[in-house]
Amino acid sequence: MTLPKMLHKKDQPAAALAMPQKPFRQRLANDLKSNWILYLMALPALIYFVVYCYAPMAGLYIAFSDYKITGSLFSGKFVGLKYFIDFFNSYYFGRLIRNTLVLSLETLIFGFPIPIIFALVLNEVRSRGFKKLAQTVTYMPHFISIVVICGLVVDFVSLDGLFNTIIQAFGGEPIAFLSDPAWFRPIYVASEIWQNFGWDSVVFLAALSSIDLQQFEAAKLDGASRWQTIWHISLPSILPTIVTILLMRLGHVMSIGFEKVFNLYSPATYETADIIATFVYRQGVLGANYSSAAAIGLFNSVINLIIVFIMNKVSRKLAETSLW
Amino acid sequence: MARTKNKIKSTTEDRVFDGVSFVVIAILIFICFYPIWYVFCASFTNPTIVAGAGGILLFPQDITLDAYKRVFANAEIWRGLLNTIFYTVVGTALNVILTAMLAYTLSRKNLLFKKPLTVFVTFTMFFNGGMIPTYLVIRDLGLLDSRVAVLLPGLVSVFNFINMRTHFESLPAELEESAKLDGANHWTIFTRVILPISGATMAVMVLFYGVTHWNSWFLEMLYLPNSRDLWPLALITREIILSSSNAAMSDGAVMTQEMADAIKYATIIVTTLPILCLYPFLQKYFAKGVTVGAVKG
Repeated sequence: MTLPKMLHKKDQPAAALAMPQKPFRQRLANDLKSNWILYLMALPALIYFVVYCYAPMAGLYIAFSDYKITGSLFSGKFVGLKYFIDFFNSYYFGRLIRNTLVLSLETLIFGFPIPIIFALVLNEVRSRGFKKLAQTVTYMPHFISIVVICGLVVDFVSLDGLFNTIIQAFGGEPIAFLSDPAWFRPIYVASEIWQNFGWDSVVFLAALSSIDLQQFEAAKLDGASRWQTIWHISLPSILPTIVTILLMRLGHVMSIGFEKVFNLYSPATYETADIIATFVYRQGVLGANYSSAAAIGLFNSVINLIIVFIMNKVSRKLAETSLW
Repeated sequence: MARTKNKIKSTTEDRVFDGVSFVVIAILIFICFYPIWYVFCASFTNPTIVAGAGGILLFPQDITLDAYKRVFANAEIWRGLLNTIFYTVVGTALNVILTAMLAYTLSRKNLLFKKPLTVFVTFTMFFNGGMIPTYLVIRDLGLLDSRVAVLLPGLVSVFNFINMRTHFESLPAELEESAKLDGANHWTIFTRVILPISGATMAVMVLFYGVTHWNSWFLEMLYLPNSRDLWPLALITREIILSSSNAAMSDGAVMTQEMADAIKYATIIVTTLPILCLYPFLQKYFAKGVTVGAVKG
């Protein structure tokens, strides 16, 4: 049974201290003396985290203050939750939350099973060459940049692109997909699945390949069909992996990728396409409403954190593994 | 995985399953392959034919190199390529070195500050300042419109850090101990003992970081607002690929929509082909690398 190693099992034995510890100052001196090189090695990376990750966290002060572009990040007058309340009361609030959640969940609902099914079916393929071919080709879209993916999408859904050609072949009228809000979600989800199902199946294929072969042989001797093998051996064996990955995905449900929406959306489709991140971009970077944008971004981050915490608790109960 | 040959005849049910799964997988292979193949063909095909093809092309027709000539004549593309090569090579080198050093340090068992430092690092995976405060910090540090602004973001990825740390933790403790007995200090152990045997994990790091650099454009767009000469290839080509206007490549002459489309296709192939040709060779590291951090050995 494979379990992600970076997660800790609930029942790991606590380290027992048999003898009293030396005073802290002494341990500190010893540690610095023997490990100073190690700390030095870690220093550049740590400086990076301070500058690029933690300094901006401090800069979140602007979400609670009237930041003026002329002053420093901390010079604005403190206004508390003003910008948050403005956001909650604004026209956009419901739309943004709805779009972010719906796009995420639809991608999850439709996109999560496919890599699993693909891995299960591929695992049963007997021809090694065919299996290799399938893997090589299906991994390919993952390595294509999002910009190119969007370029492909734009081209294929254009008025004289492949999809409209097919529609017209069946007697329909061409559809202007990208300016129709109703089509944004299907296009987004389909392109996400196309790009990632192959790559996402790697984890499951790896888990499947670590199943004891004797189980398969025994099943074969008992006369099990392929379908039964999948249902009774393969699937249950990778269930922990499935649960772990699912929980990780759910933990990111409110932090949907920004780049693809940004490349594919337009004012015509804001109704279904505008997500929190793209709104923050327009407000903050284009509109220079820094405080407001920072507040919305912080709101998003906090929601993400809460969801991850909840998922972690759920994971601990369900799968007995958690991120910490 | 090697299956022992069994002498049991496969049932009809199995053959149906095999047949259906073959068809399904073949369809998936085709779906993954066709879009890139279409663009590849279209980039070499006479634009007028492409315009009339309605998205269906099986082979290049009436082969012309016109689109590629125009792409390669675009000086901005060359400059973008040089920039991207710089960011990718220098960036990945920095990424791997810094991540490896951090991961090695935090994989040592007797470090006093191991726990707090690890929390310090992994916390950033769950929470960060967000787009706006980060942008303002970069701006206030005077890094806007500089190459540093491109190299700094994502200098150490926590995900890769965890993978590397897991790898270092999995190495037998005897290696470090015997080296210590021979009088080696941590740096010597790291460079002479640990790194040489970490080739596979480092290769995966290079791949992950490298691909990220090669394709990244948004932060560059954000942090290099006034310096097109520093723009990476992805950003330049994004303009070409996603532009809706005809005169995407202003060389003065007016261009037909078909030619603009042909240039888009050629640009896509030029930016995507290097990665597509490279990754099959690194495929053998994937399953291993992806699972190093995820699956218990």
